[in-house]
Amino acid sequence: MYVAVKGGEKAIANSQKLLAEERRGNHKVPELSLDQIREQMSLAVDRVMTEGSLYDPELAALAIKQARGDLQEAIFLLRAYRTTLPRFGDGEPIDTAEMAVRRRISATYKDLPGGQVLGPSFDYTHRLLDFALAAGDNRPAAEIAEAPVEGGMPRVTEILNYEGLIETEQPGNDSEPVFDLTRNSPRYPAERAARLQNLARGDEGFILALGYSTQRGYGNNHPFAGEIRMGEVAVEFSPEELGFPIEIGEITVTECQMINQFKGSASQPPQFTQGYGLTFGHCERKAMSMALVDRALRAREFDEPIDAPAQDEEFVLAHSDNVEASGFVQHLKLPHYVDFQAELVTVRALRKAFEESVSDNVSDAAE
Amino acid sequence: MADVIDHPSRTAATDARTTSGYNFAYLDEQTKRMIRRAILKGVAVPGYQVPFGSREMPLPYGWGTGGIQVTAAVIGPDDTLKVIDQGADDTTNAVNIRSFFAKTAGVATTDRTVEATVIQTRHRIPETPLSENQILVYQVPIPEPLRWLEPRETETRKMHALEEYGAMHVSLYEDIAKYGRITKSYNYPVRVNGRYVMSPSPIPKFDNPKMDRMAALQLFGAGREKRIYAVPPYTKVKSLDFEDHPFTIESWEQSCSLCGAGDSYLDEVVTDDKGGKMYVCSDSDFCEQRRAAGHVGDGGDSAYATRDKIPSGDEQ
Amino acid sequence: MSAETAFQRPSPLLQVRGLTHRYGPHIGCRDVAFDLYPGEVLGIVGESGSGKTTLLKCVSGQMEPSEGSVEYQTRDAGLIDLFRMSEARRRLLMRTDWGIVYQNPRDGLRMRVSAGANVGERLMAIGDRHYGHIRSEAVDWLERVEMDIGRIDDMPHTFSGGMQQRLQIARNLVTKPRLVFMDEPTSGLDVSVQARLLDLIRGLVRTLGIACVIVTHDLGVVRLLSHRLMVMKGGNVVESGLTDQVLDDPQHPYTQLLVSSILPV
Repeated sequence: MYVAVKGGEKAIANSQKLLAEERRGNHKVPELSLDQIREQMSLAVDRVMTEGSLYDPELAALAIKQARGDLQEAIFLLRAYRTTLPRFGDGEPIDTAEMAVRRRISATYKDLPGGQVLGPSFDYTHRLLDFALAAGDNRPAAEIAEAPVEGGMPRVTEILNYEGLIETEQPGNDSEPVFDLTRNSPRYPAERAARLQNLARGDEGFILALGYSTQRGYGNNHPFAGEIRMGEVAVEFSPEELGFPIEIGEITVTECQMINQFKGSASQPPQFTQGYGLTFGHCERKAMSMALVDRALRAREFDEPIDAPAQDEEFVLAHSDNVEASGFVQHLKLPHYVDFQAELVTVRALRKAFEESVSDNVSDAAE
Repeated sequence: MADVIDHPSRTAATDARTTSGYNFAYLDEQTKRMIRRAILKGVAVPGYQVPFGSREMPLPYGWGTGGIQVTAAVIGPDDTLKVIDQGADDTTNAVNIRSFFAKTAGVATTDRTVEATVIQTRHRIPETPLSENQILVYQVPIPEPLRWLEPRETETRKMHALEEYGAMHVSLYEDIAKYGRITKSYNYPVRVNGRYVMSPSPIPKFDNPKMDRMAALQLFGAGREKRIYAVPPYTKVKSLDFEDHPFTIESWEQSCSLCGAGDSYLDEVVTDDKGGKMYVCSDSDFCEQRRAAGHVGDGGDSAYATRDKIPSGDEQ
Repeated sequence: MSAETAFQRPSPLLQVRGLTHRYGPHIGCRDVAFDLYPGEVLGIVGESGSGKTTLLKCVSGQMEPSEGSVEYQTRDAGLIDLFRMSEARRRLLMRTDWGIVYQNPRDGLRMRVSAGANVGERLMAIGDRHYGHIRSEAVDWLERVEMDIGRIDDMPHTFSGGMQQRLQIARNLVTKPRLVFMDEPTSGLDVSVQARLLDLIRGLVRTLGIACVIVTHDLGVVRLLSHRLMVMKGGNVVESGLTDQVLDDPQHPYTQLLVSSILPV
């Protein structure tokens, strides 16, 4: 009986009540607060902010709570909220060279101005389950350094640029409005700004897998992790009535600049090129993957053969968004019985024709 | 739906707001204007897919976000909305979308095809002929009819621009060569106004002839793919075929068990696991109107005949 | 028609002038010029890397050259530069008046549709909407390229390499083109298969009066098929002339080397 899908409003209301109950779980266990999620599930919050493309740790924490920890669902919630927000204008580009650095590493130089700053990282932890943590987290706070990390660290690309060894970054045209992926439909071939926006919002798993595929030879571009830095940067905005930028806040970002080999073309000498990744919060894996894929997608620019999935702009950009992907995959749950009925009618007709032809052949043979 | 959090836009455009706290029909007026411009372009170039800045809606992609945006852009406070999915008003998705607009636009809703001024649909066209003062809004998952032949947007755009539609017929040729007939049964491609090849959305091909010279304006919204297209009233819509293998539609040996209709699209309802089944109209309003007018079917399975006692989902 | 025009040479179908193509700092082909007349078969020979395939891609409209012009004698408007005409027009030309037979049949066939549909596609592209007619044309062309018509509904991948090439040829000729480009049409095939395919091509080209540009590294192919010959090396045309003349009395040392190296065949 198909009443389950013909159930209408009451069924939907009941389903939502059950969902709320599942979300709360056992009432004997204390309820999670948004503060707890924000402070103790901070990497989840960072991912939701990055892919939800809205910097708001409080709302991201709420989304995670409401989504029962399903991060893609939380990203969807944040996106659907973000889309209704009014736009006051575009911020100034953030200056990551002026970042208050909490982590900064380079794989291309042993030491460099500003030094290597390990910061908080899983990298050198042994992945051993910490049973002491299960009993409670009573560790004392980390000691505070005597002086802050020095400010204004030059970026590795600037060091290379001094020697002319890396492509010169082309600044965007200030007089033209910034392309906004969330307000315009994508056009192919896409400009780099559109690609980077897409990658920044793209699903971490998808971008990670694509980046990984370039390392395994599907569009290899010989990357070095030139620099990864994480910390706080100022956000500036120029209100029309003032005419000059003012600082409106501070956000945490992770930036990755991959440095890639390039053998030169007709117009360009051999030099290094770069792939770029940037995320809200501390999403290092995502920033690195993004930088790999960004560089792979620049193949056209450098006259490189385009034969790997990560270099295929339409393929990558059209499938990276997990809100789109999740919605469309799951829409298969919706009733399709009208179309299925149409297929049933066709298959039955084809089978009938087949059976008739078989029985014709049989009677032919009998004659 | 859960309560929403305040945000700054809610202080503006108070007059257009409903009690839910959102702008009338959810979308802000700027966005609606952008969508209306896309619709106008679509009406001016029938069958052409107009790119638009599709918004992220509070419903998942693939569940009607395109249709919802189009409906939101064209609906006014005096409109009466009908929403169907699979031809029925009481399917979960139809109920959900109808309640979305009841909440965000406060418009009157109806199950009656003839009473509606705007009808949003997924997978069907109502059996009752539509009139000039109605708009039919289709939810479209994949707007590009050439997608299965050519996955690349850059290439399909060129094929449309240059009217290179030969490959479309290749797939029909293959059907005939293999099966002696065209086997495409839904989402059957059409040519609009002798120019653009268009996807009619996944309606059964049974519904295709209704699109031809329809009195109502037909609008198509694809949210995820960010495209809008349109068929203006009384526009020629031709299903692709060959001269010697003309387009045909499905027919059933049975008629509707509830209302006895012999010319409507039928759902097959399985009554047991031993091949028992009955056929009922997919268009629930059409079926109901016929029964109200005294038409009776052969009854079929009595258990299913109670379907009209299930809450219809209309909140009025 | 006036007396003067009656005695004029027929105008060329294809006129190539000053054609140069660069790949970054590398030269693909340099300053190539030739005329091709209706019904004429031009062979372009050279070793791999000589620029012959680059030249073919440029003159067949698949790749825009860095410099120079490629003009085609259209049926309605005289000589028009391929790369100055609208893309719509160029693509229409390519699927009606022209044919391209690729070295690898996978590049020239739709591998996921049947042999019949492969042959019928061009007809459908120019508006044929009668299944029976398309089908009979497909049967007719499969017969002309000596394929088994019983296999009309089979997929291209079920055919041998030689049969795939025949299918490509049928698919191209169904719209009765005036000009066909062939890129190494017989390479990779067994010698006996090659010989039969060449025979078929020669017969079709003669009876249909099709002009042809054939690129190959195989002098045997051009000796059999082409009226005129261009020899390429390092992107340059080093020698050109009537096929017999070039092969029997090569002037350029490179051509002499080429000719002597094929003697065993």
